[in-house]
Amino acid sequence: MTEPDALALLAVFLIPLGTALLLMVVPSTERSLLIGITALSGFAMFIISVMVFLQYDFEGAQFQGVRSWTYMENVGLLGKDGIQLKVGIDGIAAAMVLLTGIVILPGTWVSWKIQDRMKDFFILLYILTAGVFGTFVMLDMFVWFLFYEMALLPMYLLIGVWGSTRKEYGAMKLMIMLLAGSILIFTAIFAVYAEAGLGTFDLTRLYGVQFDEDFQKIYFPMIAIGCGILAALFPFHSWSPDGHASAPTAVSMLHAGVLMKLGAFGIIRLGFQMLPEGGEFWAPGLMVLGITAALYGAISALRQTDLKLMTGFSSVSHMGYVMVGLGTLNVIGWSGAVLQMFAHGIMTALFFLLIGGMYDQAHNRDIPNFSGMARQMPVWTVFFVIAGLASLGLPGMSGFVAELHIFIGAFRAYPLVGGLAVLTAAITATYLLRMFSQAFFGEFNERWEHLRDITFAEKCGATVLAGTILLMGLWPSPWVNRISTTIAETIPLVTL
Amino acid sequence: MDLNFRYELLAPEIAVAVTAVLVMFADAFRNELNLKRNLLPQISLLGLAVALVFSLMLGNVSDDFARLVQIDEFTTFFRVLFIAVTLILIIGSHEYIDRHVNHIGEFYGLLLFSTVGAMLMAGARDLITAYLAIEVLSFSLYVAVSLSKNDPRSGEAALKYVLLGGVASAMLLYGLSFIYGVTGSTQYSEISAALSAGNVDFETALILGLVLVIAGLGFKASAVPFHMWTPDAYEGAPIPITAYLSATSKAATFALFLRWFAGPLLPAIDHWQWILALLSVITMVVGNLVALQQHNIKRLLAYSSIGQVGFMLMCITAISEQTGSALLLHLVGYLITNLAIFMAIIAFYNRTGKEEINQFKGLAQTNPYLALVITSGLFSLAGMPLLAGFVTKFILFQSVVSAGYLWLVIVALVASTVSLYYYLQVIKQMYLYQPEDDGNGSNHRWNLTVTGYLSTGILFIGVVWVGVYATPFYEFADKAIAPLFA
Repeated sequence: MTEPDALALLAVFLIPLGTALLLMVVPSTERSLLIGITALSGFAMFIISVMVFLQYDFEGAQFQGVRSWTYMENVGLLGKDGIQLKVGIDGIAAAMVLLTGIVILPGTWVSWKIQDRMKDFFILLYILTAGVFGTFVMLDMFVWFLFYEMALLPMYLLIGVWGSTRKEYGAMKLMIMLLAGSILIFTAIFAVYAEAGLGTFDLTRLYGVQFDEDFQKIYFPMIAIGCGILAALFPFHSWSPDGHASAPTAVSMLHAGVLMKLGAFGIIRLGFQMLPEGGEFWAPGLMVLGITAALYGAISALRQTDLKLMTGFSSVSHMGYVMVGLGTLNVIGWSGAVLQMFAHGIMTALFFLLIGGMYDQAHNRDIPNFSGMARQMPVWTVFFVIAGLASLGLPGMSGFVAELHIFIGAFRAYPLVGGLAVLTAAITATYLLRMFSQAFFGEFNERWEHLRDITFAEKCGATVLAGTILLMGLWPSPWVNRISTTIAETIPLVTL
Repeated sequence: MDLNFRYELLAPEIAVAVTAVLVMFADAFRNELNLKRNLLPQISLLGLAVALVFSLMLGNVSDDFARLVQIDEFTTFFRVLFIAVTLILIIGSHEYIDRHVNHIGEFYGLLLFSTVGAMLMAGARDLITAYLAIEVLSFSLYVAVSLSKNDPRSGEAALKYVLLGGVASAMLLYGLSFIYGVTGSTQYSEISAALSAGNVDFETALILGLVLVIAGLGFKASAVPFHMWTPDAYEGAPIPITAYLSATSKAATFALFLRWFAGPLLPAIDHWQWILALLSVITMVVGNLVALQQHNIKRLLAYSSIGQVGFMLMCITAISEQTGSALLLHLVGYLITNLAIFMAIIAFYNRTGKEEINQFKGLAQTNPYLALVITSGLFSLAGMPLLAGFVTKFILFQSVVSAGYLWLVIVALVASTVSLYYYLQVIKQMYLYQPEDDGNGSNHRWNLTVTGYLSTGILFIGVVWVGVYATPFYEFADKAIAPLFA
């Protein structure tokens, strides 16, 4: 096997960034040109991320495709290799890059429906995408955080301008909470840099530093909470359902599908990998918050009638699993956590794509208002059921692979938590199946006679996502190999 | 004692001052000589360009003029910075000045004189010279603030500014006299020697002097609680002067802060460090909180700049070569960003005559370019990535943390997040709402003038350049700070 090329890692975030710049000079009236450019760009991102994932050699080095370009060094407070553009991925990042590549493709397709200021929408969407890709492939703390913030920045306008229902409120709440999280991450980064005293932000070198135990215990929770806000960690999740509910389709897809994973990824990259003793100390806490979020999210989802809010709370619940997995501190639980990040990303993107496809016609998302939709929108229903079954962890779907790992890991570490996690899965099944029976089956509501099935672009997008769900569910080894080898061999904190 | 009267060392200052005189004469005899109004900014630009060349030619010199002015990389850094600011300012605002300012000859003259004052503040190596330089800057600005045509707020602002400024100058001078009394010299090097020798008997007098000096400088930098004049002066002044107050006037004060607190007053660090720490906390908290309630864009920027001063004061508190270079880098980023916003606001005002925040409604549709410039400027001030503010603020905060002041930085981070909220209020108006139709075609698309595009364009590129590749600026700043700690 070969290693992924550093240039591919560079391309993966330079393509969306370059596309955003290119779009700025294209006149907004040239719709077909805009569609052409974004189609090419979306496809290129998809192909490259698949390539990167496949080329990643799980028997090779920890970080692959590593290459660095000096940005600033030996000036002011920076020593040698002070700040560099350093790319490289491990198995976890490879899976996350693939996730982003798969979600942005249909995300691009469904956004062509937007009539109002489509050009500006794509500029912001691609800046966000570049930020996400950049965060996954960067190995320099300064640049890592730069991309992390870059992924948050466009959210305000994307939701504020193109969103629906209480969009100003949702956008502002999301922005304020996420930036509050950034304060904590900032603080931790500054403190780590000062404490290490190496004069460099190079993560691989910082991983080699043995930080004082008390220092780790203070700063690990800062990173965990700071990044955790983005990962909808309980009790800092409240921006998430509102934000998702008000965001436009593609943004919900990327946000719930990828951006929330950025938070969990940050907890691993900056938290567990840099401050392992702090991580070990706080892992039980993370687990408690995780299982609380899982239960709380599922119970709240039971009460929701708005489809998007239900999916939003379901996301909170599923991200709770991720935290449970990380809290187990064993390889199988951790693998489950990362698998869940991937699986949830894909299925929640599919959810939001389908909800968007329906809302654009019906302008209504209240579950009780619908019934018998399977007759009117059969294709839509089929895809929705696939996403739903993946969400409740049916064997053969991606969700099963992930949740099984997490449950086993949790039972090994804390049987009680494992039990609660299984209970959560049962609640998830309840709200999803109830929703299916209310909305899809039963007597058809004549009010929705004008609704058409989802468009061709949406069908294509849904096929990509549903295909990934089934592929991972039926043949999980490409994911499991890459992820669990990385975890077992490179994260010393995590035991078998 | 041999004094070194090499006047060529002061060539940039002399060039700018001569230009100022020329401009005022050209204005006085405009009718007699049949000169066009446009000639005045053209002369100013030419003179500034010449001064810029002179400053760069003196870039490698390390010498002093009659033991009064020090010419080194630090001075060069600020000379280039101040000349560049005035250049851009004149390019971007000559139409505004033509239409909204009384006595344009005096206006350009005062602008140039104040630039001379600012450059000398950075170069002074003697308390008296420094004080005179401050007064050259301040007096020019007192008058310039009052020059807005048909705006009663302008005169009020000028009166408030001159009265409070006078008190501040008196405090500063009184403080300096204490320091002179304690150390027996007005020369920086001798003050430093006397203080570090430790044979200062009058500690109370020294502390009193330091407090007064900090109060005086705090006024000039508009640090809380000496900031009361700032919002009124910003609101009443012609917009180019507001921009100038927030840019050159602030930067010059920080040049002086650096010269004094990293040089002659450094041995007394135990006496002043806690005062500055306190000042910096109050300034960033109050500045950013009060900004939340503003409805006028100039007042908003006034409070936002007060908040920024708080961040910069952290560097003086934790003074070291590292924080110093970080501060210089941040000043560059802040100046470029702030000017970009102000140039955009001037272009907006030229077209619409409006300056309330809710009058920016729908600008993203009527002029997307201008909306983009303002948005990136505001995001840069808030410290968002790919824009100048992110890199410069990150380096600044990191340097302060590395110097052991984590708690100060935590306050700053919170304040900085609060600031994003009020910047978003402006951005919201521009992007989230439709333009209002007042019947005069105010909801149609419009374009800037050539000079409008030029000034905002240069600054916009600057904001992105510093944000994406700040290395040359940081290296320049690092070189500039070195002589202070040599």
